[in-house]
Parts: sequence; C-alpha cells; structure tokens
Amino acid sequence: MTKKLITVTVNGKKEEKAVEPRTLLVHFLREELNLTGAHISCETSHCGACTVDIDGQSVKSCTHLAVQCDGSEVLTVEGLADKGVLHAVQEGFYKEHGLQCGFCTPGMLMRAYRFLQENPNPSEDEIRHGMSGNLCRCTGYQNIIKSIQYAAKKLQESVAA
Amino acid sequence: MIPPRFDYHVPSSVGEAITMLTELGSDAKLLAGGHSLLPMMKLRFAEPAHLIDINRIPELRGIREDGADIVIGAMTVENDLIASPILQAKAPLLCEAALLIADPQVRNRGTIGGDIAHGDPGNDHPALAMALDASFLLQGPNGQRSVKADDFFVGTYMTLLEENEIMVEIRLPALAAGTGYAYEKLKRKTGDWATAGCAVVMQKTGDKITHVRIGLTNVGPTALRAEAAEQVLLNQPFGAETVKAASEAAMAICDPAEDLRGDIEYKTAMAGEMFKRAINKAWSRCQ
Repeated sequence: MTKKLITVTVNGKKEEKAVEPRTLLVHFLREELNLTGAHISCETSHCGACTVDIDGQSVKSCTHLAVQCDGSEVLTVEGLADKGVLHAVQEGFYKEHGLQCGFCTPGMLMRAYRFLQENPNPSEDEIRHGMSGNLCRCTGYQNIIKSIQYAAKKLQESVAA
Repeated sequence: MIPPRFDYHVPSSVGEAITMLTELGSDAKLLAGGHSLLPMMKLRFAEPAHLIDINRIPELRGIREDGADIVIGAMTVENDLIASPILQAKAPLLCEAALLIADPQVRNRGTIGGDIAHGDPGNDHPALAMALDASFLLQGPNGQRSVKADDFFVGTYMTLLEENEIMVEIRLPALAAGTGYAYEKLKRKTGDWATAGCAVVMQKTGDKITHVRIGLTNVGPTALRAEAAEQVLLNQPFGAETVKAASEAAMAICDPAEDLRGDIEYKTAMAGEMFKRAINKAWSRCQ
C-alpha cells in the first residue's frame, strides 16, 4: 500500500512526511513527531483524550487519518503555552486543580482552548455541554468546570485590557 | 487499534469519485466523516482495500433553499446543521436533533449523508428524514436518481445506495409556519446511540392533528416510519387517550435487538415513552 507524502503544519512548524494511509493522526503525532501530549485511550472517539485542533476545529485524532491532514494546521497541547508562559486554560487547570491523574488533561485543555473561542463567556451549563466529548475518571468534573471558568475570565480580562 | 492496510484516494469532484468507485468496485468504500467507518475498520468489521475520501469535494457541502425545499449537501457536518440560519428558521427539528448526536468534536466530522448512508438503525438522521419527508439524491455512472427516505432503508447496514453511487444531497420541504416538531432520544450518556428515539412533524387545526409523520430510531433493523400510529392520531380530538392508543400502535411495530442498552421489552416500552413525549412536545409547538 503506497505511502503518501503529506505536509502538515503542527504547532506552527511545517512537517513533511511520508505516511501509510492507515496511520491515525494520533499515532502520527506521537510516533513520527514525538508529540505525546495527545493520548490514546478509548480509540473509538468517545473519551476525547486525543483531542487536537485541526484548522480551528476540535477533532478526535484517534478517528482521523494523518493523510487527511495534508495541507492542514494542527495544534496540540505542546503548542498551547507561549514561550514558557502557560495559556489561560493551562493556568486555570493548575490553579483550580482541574486534574488528578492527568491522563485526560491534554484533551480537556485542547477542547477548552477551542470551546472558549467558540463561546468566550459561557454559562456553567454551556461549559458542560461544550466539554461533553471529554471524559475524566478522577475529578467528577467540578474542578474542570471551575478551571474553564477561570480561563474564560482571564481571557476576557486580557481582551478588555 | 490501527485499521487494516488500504490505498487512499482523494477525488476533487463527484464525477471523479464515481469513476473511482466504478473502477475499484466492491473493494472500495467512501470515507465521509469516518466516525462510523474508521472504528469499524479498527475492529476489522470492515476491511476495504481502497478508501475514497470525499471530504475534499466542495459541491457536497452546504445548505441552500430551492423554492419551497431545503437542500443539504450530503457531506455537511452536524455542527453546520446546528449553526445554519436556514435550518433554524425552516427546519429547526434538524438543529435540535443534531445537538443530541455524539459530542462537539464528533459533530465537527460526522456528516448527515454518512449518518444516513451507513444504514445503521442506531443513527438518528434516518428517522428524522422520514418525519421530515426527505428524499435523497443519489448519483452514479448513469446519472442521478431520487429515493424517498421511507423507501431507502432495506435492513441493518443495507440501503438502496448502489456500490457505485454517492449520496449527493438531502432534500426536504421547509416546514410551514406553525408546524410542530420534536425529537426525543433516550440515551445512557453523551455520545451513545439511542436506546429509543422518536421524531415527529405535525400540523393541527383546532383540536385535531391534520398532518403527522413519525420516525422511530433504533427499535428495529432500520429506522421505522410509524404509519399505523399516524393513522390513530390523524383527525381525532387530541388528548391523552389518543396519544396512548397511538403509542401502542408505534410499539407494535418495534423489533429492537437486545443489547447492553436493554432487552426487547424495555426498549419497546422506551420507544412508547419517547413517542408520547415527542407527540406532546410537537403538539405544544403547533400553532
């Protein structure tokens, strides 16, 4: 089965690689680019641990072929912080204890990052629905909601400033 | 889990995709959103030698009005249904129902055409299409043909879509002002398929239903049009007794498969309950 040459911009860096068509995006990120932030968990698009941003949309990278990303821009959790300064969603999860074991966290952060651009000033209910594609088995979600509320507030303040 | 090996093809037009389908024959599958097909390939339930990715065909996406009809490109994703001003104004049932399908990430990829053409009785759009009196435009090497939603589904994973055809668009009449509608879906969690679901479109005059179409989700080998139940409701004074009698007619056509969501008796009872809720909600929205 012929490999395909793809060009993908990942976290701002252009990558050109030959991939087997069956390579899933999450495997491409983890094994070809050594970006192990996106986690492999349910592998059936239920849990959201593999969530990344493709061309400005949240996508579960376990159910997306790398070859489909030819010409796309992908953002992973490794690309969230800016020169060592945590993004507001990362700071929120840190300040509000939005994680325990941390396994779901990269997916939570990437979904929260995109969700707060879709809805910068969400209600608690909207956060719960916006994050409904991400499962956490430790926290019971309460602190995750608080973390996202923290990030929303911080992002709003930085817009106002 | 990694899918089995396949060759990957990316047509840029429907014509090119049909040529590929015709040449590659039954070894080829179309890749739409991939959220049914890729998991099936990981589990080796599907092992196509060729995947034809139709995500880069712009003509297959978008929502437009055509006279009194609404036309939805088959590759339009669920989140675009939810956000569509045309659908919000003229077929809000689809916006409401799409919010009950999968989760925000999956709705960025999952398409209305894929949901329908897959032929999975657990998918939601088949019953919605029946309630909305939709038809599907299919295109193959010999041109286009239109098939009514009522006739399209033959069995589990079996539809009238031929191996060398592509579903191009979904066409439905815009809902007249004052039309009532509802989709009630019982699910165990976000992202799950329906334990049972019921889609309703209705119109009333005074205390009587003058038009009603009802589709049921995941309580048979295909989505089911509940015609006998519609007949019980039509032109009768609306009330709890009529609704109960109609729900019994709907439950009578249910033939669900027992699985982790419940046994046959439970699923049939839940179909009746979703039916009642959907009918009552649609009635309350009729003007």
